[in-house]
Amino acid sequence: MAADGDGKVYLRIRNLTKMFGDFAALRDVSLDVYDGEFVCFLGPSGCGKTTLLRAIAGLDIQTSGTVEQDGRDISALPPSERDFGIVFQSYALFPNMTVGKNVSYGLENRKLPRDQIRARVKELLELVGLHDQGDKYPAQLSGGQQQRVALARAMATSPGLLLLDEPLSALDAKVRVHLRGEIKDLQRRVGVTTIMVTHDQEEALTMADRIVVMDQGSIEQVGTPQEIYGEPRTSFVADFIGTMNFVPGEVIADHTVQIGGTTLTCPTDGITPGHAVTVAIRPEDINAQDIDGDDGNLVETEIRHLEFLGSFYRAELGGPAFGGHDINADFSINLVRRKNLDVGSAITVRFPAEFIRLYPRD
Amino acid sequence: MSVYKDSAWFKRAAWAVSAGVLALGLSGMAKATELKVYTAIEADDLKRYAAEFNKVYPDIEIKWVRDSTGIVTAKLLAEKDNPQADVVWGLAATSLMLLKNEGMTQAYMPAGGDKLDKKFIDTANPPHWTGMDAWVACICYNTVEAKKKNLPVPTSWKDLTKPVYKGSVVMPNPNSSGTGFLDVASWLQLFGEEDGWKFMDALHQNIAWYTHSGSKPCRQAGAGEVPIGVSFAYRGAKVKSKGAPVEIIVPKEGIGWDMEATAIMKGTKNLDAAKKLVDFSVSKAANEMYNTVYAVVAYPGVAKPVDNYPPNIGDAMIDNNFEWVAANRMRILKEWQTRYDSKSEAK
Amino acid sequence: MTQAAVQAAAAPRIKPKVSRDDWIMRACMGVIALFLVVAVLLPLYTMLSKSLENRHGDFIGLTNYAEYFSTPALFLSAVNSLQISVIATVIVLVTAFLYAYALTRTCMPLKWLFKLIAAIPLLTPSLLSGISLVYWFGNQGVAKHLLLGESIYGPIGIVIGSAYWVFPHVLMIVITALSITDARLYEAALALRAGRWRTFFTVTLPGCKYGLISAGFVAFTLIFTDFGVPKVIGGNYNVLATDIYKQVIGQQNFQMGAVVSVVLLIPAVLAFAVDRIVQRKQVALLSARAVPYQPQPRTSRDWAAFAFCTVVAAVILLMIGMAQYAALIKFWPYNLTLTLGNYEFDLANGGGWDSYHNSIRMSLYTAVVGTVIIFFGAYLMEKGRGFRAGRNGFHAIAMLPLAVPGMVLGLSYIFFFNNPANPFNFLYGTMAILVIATVAHFYTVSHLTAVTALKQMDAEFESVSASLNTPFYRTFLRVTVPVCVPAILDISMYLFLNAMTTVSAVVFIYSTDTTLASVAVLNMDDQGEIPFAAAMAMMIAYTCAGARILHAILTRGIMRTTQAWRTR
Repeated sequence: MAADGDGKVYLRIRNLTKMFGDFAALRDVSLDVYDGEFVCFLGPSGCGKTTLLRAIAGLDIQTSGTVEQDGRDISALPPSERDFGIVFQSYALFPNMTVGKNVSYGLENRKLPRDQIRARVKELLELVGLHDQGDKYPAQLSGGQQQRVALARAMATSPGLLLLDEPLSALDAKVRVHLRGEIKDLQRRVGVTTIMVTHDQEEALTMADRIVVMDQGSIEQVGTPQEIYGEPRTSFVADFIGTMNFVPGEVIADHTVQIGGTTLTCPTDGITPGHAVTVAIRPEDINAQDIDGDDGNLVETEIRHLEFLGSFYRAELGGPAFGGHDINADFSINLVRRKNLDVGSAITVRFPAEFIRLYPRD
Repeated sequence: MSVYKDSAWFKRAAWAVSAGVLALGLSGMAKATELKVYTAIEADDLKRYAAEFNKVYPDIEIKWVRDSTGIVTAKLLAEKDNPQADVVWGLAATSLMLLKNEGMTQAYMPAGGDKLDKKFIDTANPPHWTGMDAWVACICYNTVEAKKKNLPVPTSWKDLTKPVYKGSVVMPNPNSSGTGFLDVASWLQLFGEEDGWKFMDALHQNIAWYTHSGSKPCRQAGAGEVPIGVSFAYRGAKVKSKGAPVEIIVPKEGIGWDMEATAIMKGTKNLDAAKKLVDFSVSKAANEMYNTVYAVVAYPGVAKPVDNYPPNIGDAMIDNNFEWVAANRMRILKEWQTRYDSKSEAK
Repeated sequence: MTQAAVQAAAAPRIKPKVSRDDWIMRACMGVIALFLVVAVLLPLYTMLSKSLENRHGDFIGLTNYAEYFSTPALFLSAVNSLQISVIATVIVLVTAFLYAYALTRTCMPLKWLFKLIAAIPLLTPSLLSGISLVYWFGNQGVAKHLLLGESIYGPIGIVIGSAYWVFPHVLMIVITALSITDARLYEAALALRAGRWRTFFTVTLPGCKYGLISAGFVAFTLIFTDFGVPKVIGGNYNVLATDIYKQVIGQQNFQMGAVVSVVLLIPAVLAFAVDRIVQRKQVALLSARAVPYQPQPRTSRDWAAFAFCTVVAAVILLMIGMAQYAALIKFWPYNLTLTLGNYEFDLANGGGWDSYHNSIRMSLYTAVVGTVIIFFGAYLMEKGRGFRAGRNGFHAIAMLPLAVPGMVLGLSYIFFFNNPANPFNFLYGTMAILVIATVAHFYTVSHLTAVTALKQMDAEFESVSASLNTPFYRTFLRVTVPVCVPAILDISMYLFLNAMTTVSAVVFIYSTDTTLASVAVLNMDDQGEIPFAAAMAMMIAYTCAGARILHAILTRGIMRTTQAWRTR
């Protein structure tokens, strides 16, 4: 699917700033969204992701900056003059109307012939798998079903842009996982450009073509799920997505960083020696199997804690090597069983150079 | 556009109702000249008066605005800049003098006005108001309750100050009732300023409470709430005819009185019709009509005794100096308030 | 300023385009705001300026006030007003609290009946209680000896009468306050082995503290500004509300009437301001997710509660019962044969059957027009986009009428509307002005009811509607109104009942074509036609009771037909 650089830019956001009094909810945000793409805005609550979505929808217009949709400047337009469908966390289904009426609500205003509306409603309900629920009221449906009605209603008028504001967060974990796939599937079939706001990284990682990670009103990183997970550009992204160990260290030479008494080889990305850095590595990237004496980046550690997490163990590794800091590492059940690991066991682990990331410290 | 239609609908809904009501209120039956007549005449007499009038002038329709003397006067004054009334028929002469002083009345000498008792007509020429009937003070005395309390029958105002009546007398507050005021004004004229206030000081000791309306003391006496109510004869007669055990007593010093009178409001758009109404109001026929409930009327020789009225009540009426009363009204009220209203709470 | 703020200030500001919908909404809100300005603000302003004028309309500064405060009789009234208001407030608050406690926290039987009886005083003008008290405790009163020689005419009568008619108003607030207390706190108290009394003082009372304060202020304001009860039973005990009447009706001294009005306005506004601050605190308390409290049976407490409620209910029934009896006897106290003659209103001074019919018409118009204006106004304010300053301003104006006593409003209407230079002058003396005054007088509570209902709706309906390119009024009519029907019915019921029973707001502005039943009661009593007054008051009571029954049936019917989609 579309990645940076290819495809046609459908939504062009430039220098968006949104002030609430003296508080900046968005700071100079610029972003391109490509035609047919599924983009997730991801970040902790209060990071500005919903503000950005509402600015795009025109529900809370930005203080400054521009938004272009399909070549048209919509920066100052009210929502009714923009082209989008929206699904809210609460679904905002009209409680006094049946599912069918909810879906046809936007169509009725367009003065379409009645049988055409009926056909479109039928089509949409089939699309979301609710073809036999048209006469029910929202209150008679499950949360997941209501969510799908909201989706059908948002897509009824075939908008160019679909906006989803935390659409799954009110649902049970199981339903959520199921719906994730369904929404993604639907979006792919219809091909509508979609922006979804979520605070759930798993949701973002599984559904998005590209993820926009935000913090404190700014974009931290834009990239595919793999890029965001594998090459987090800032320590915030690294920390927010997945689990990450952070240990203070210092670059002592090109490709060499020192933590406590341990020296590790890794890409230093032009950080000059003598600079204090934060050394980051994901627990699952720490290797304890098939250790070969020739490999570099080997560290002797001791297991301080061992936590069973179902499909794997998370071990807290300590010892003199990290200068008093503990590091988490994920070990497979297999490994733990084979090596008979337990609290107190000594183990040598390898820090693969390609998975070590350095973030400069002030 | 449908948008426009909808928002207009709300406004229309809001105003259609009020406009409809307005139309209802104003249109009435448009066949005749319509006179808006402000009055304090008792409600049960209104229909009769209008009917008698229409026997003579069938094409003038009276729209009554009836309320108690105080309210009608307040209303007229409040509407000074934009008078709503064409004619006032049946309001205390003291009120009409007030209006006259405010320049709100129209001078007019009704046909036959010269036949009236001189007491009953404004001294100005042409007069601003013409009287209808006298509205005289009296004491309503509940025989049953008095007997229970062993109260003697009072025969004079001064009797009411005797200690035996302590807590047994009710009178209207002159600050809210025209009757109350005419009582106070008559005492000041009868006894003179100084002795008048002294009398009221003494009377105040016996007053159970002051009422807001002039009828109420007699009604309360009629209902036995108090044995003695200072009120006016018309009300006394009505209460008695309803079966209340009351006697109407005319104190021997004489009684204060006011008259019901008629005046045309300056600036009326129906001056001709208004004049006809005033002409009628001073006619013999009209005075005979007043006489059915009022013992003393403006047209000499008409009055016949009225049921339950004390006989010859007209003779007891003091020689009331209305000009003096009108001129000193504010001063008297203020004095009364300072003397009695501020300590009225303490018994 | 933050860096971003500096940046934003430098970049060209986006000026949001105002959509057609927004324009219409703002225009409609402007019209309703204009209504409030004309119906409340301008009259009050006219009255204020009147209080600074002499009889000839010249500006004389504070001279009138100086005169007022140097007249002991008038100043005494202010003291009296304060006194009886405080005493009656305390009495009614304690009674209402115990009654509400019994209704919400015990398992006593017949709760529904007690609730029903407690609402009875709402059905009649406040002065009916005065009439009843005269028959019970007046000098010919049936139970006169209970007063041990004290006179009912005066502070005692005012306090009892006021407490009676204010009781249901206070009870509603206290019930609400007691119902929102969190059951989990009681479980905690139980777990900590706190005794019953300790629990009461540490959990129950603090939990409904704000509700009680609020109820106290409502009671105080209502009693302080009420005119009906002191008029009937006050005797020589002067209070501010009757002083206005005396100044204006008795002495035609409008300037002094305006001065007393302003004086009457001050404590009412203060009480209102304090109440608003307290209310704001309570909102924070409410937002917690509370578990409703389910009382457990406990024989001694339940029967004590039952006994207490029986006494209170009996008092209420005795009051209304005596009024009904007064309406049916021939000549109190000498001829006690029963008659329907007192219902022949056309024979009595003060307004015939016409005034009853006028009252019904006026109340219906008020209910319909008022509900439309108030609900739509609240909707525009609550759900409008942008224009924050305008919407906040609207809310502020909508809150104001609560602090304005009816008499003050009514008097200010004379000054404002009967000015020939006023373009609205044509309204003077019409039914329309009565409707306007009544809607304005009872605006705030209805407005708050509407806002509460609207706040409970999903905040995004309007956003969805805009995204579907549907005009707001369509969504308003097709979604907002149907969903809010119960609240809308409540508002119209509230307006109807109050329009039927109000005296203070309309006593200065009715005309002959528009005499009202409630005013007729006042005037009949004033003239001493007490049986007629009682009969007319009972007509109002029957009508209001009928309206309430109709309201209950309608609400139940609507709830039944819409229960498919109403879940809660």
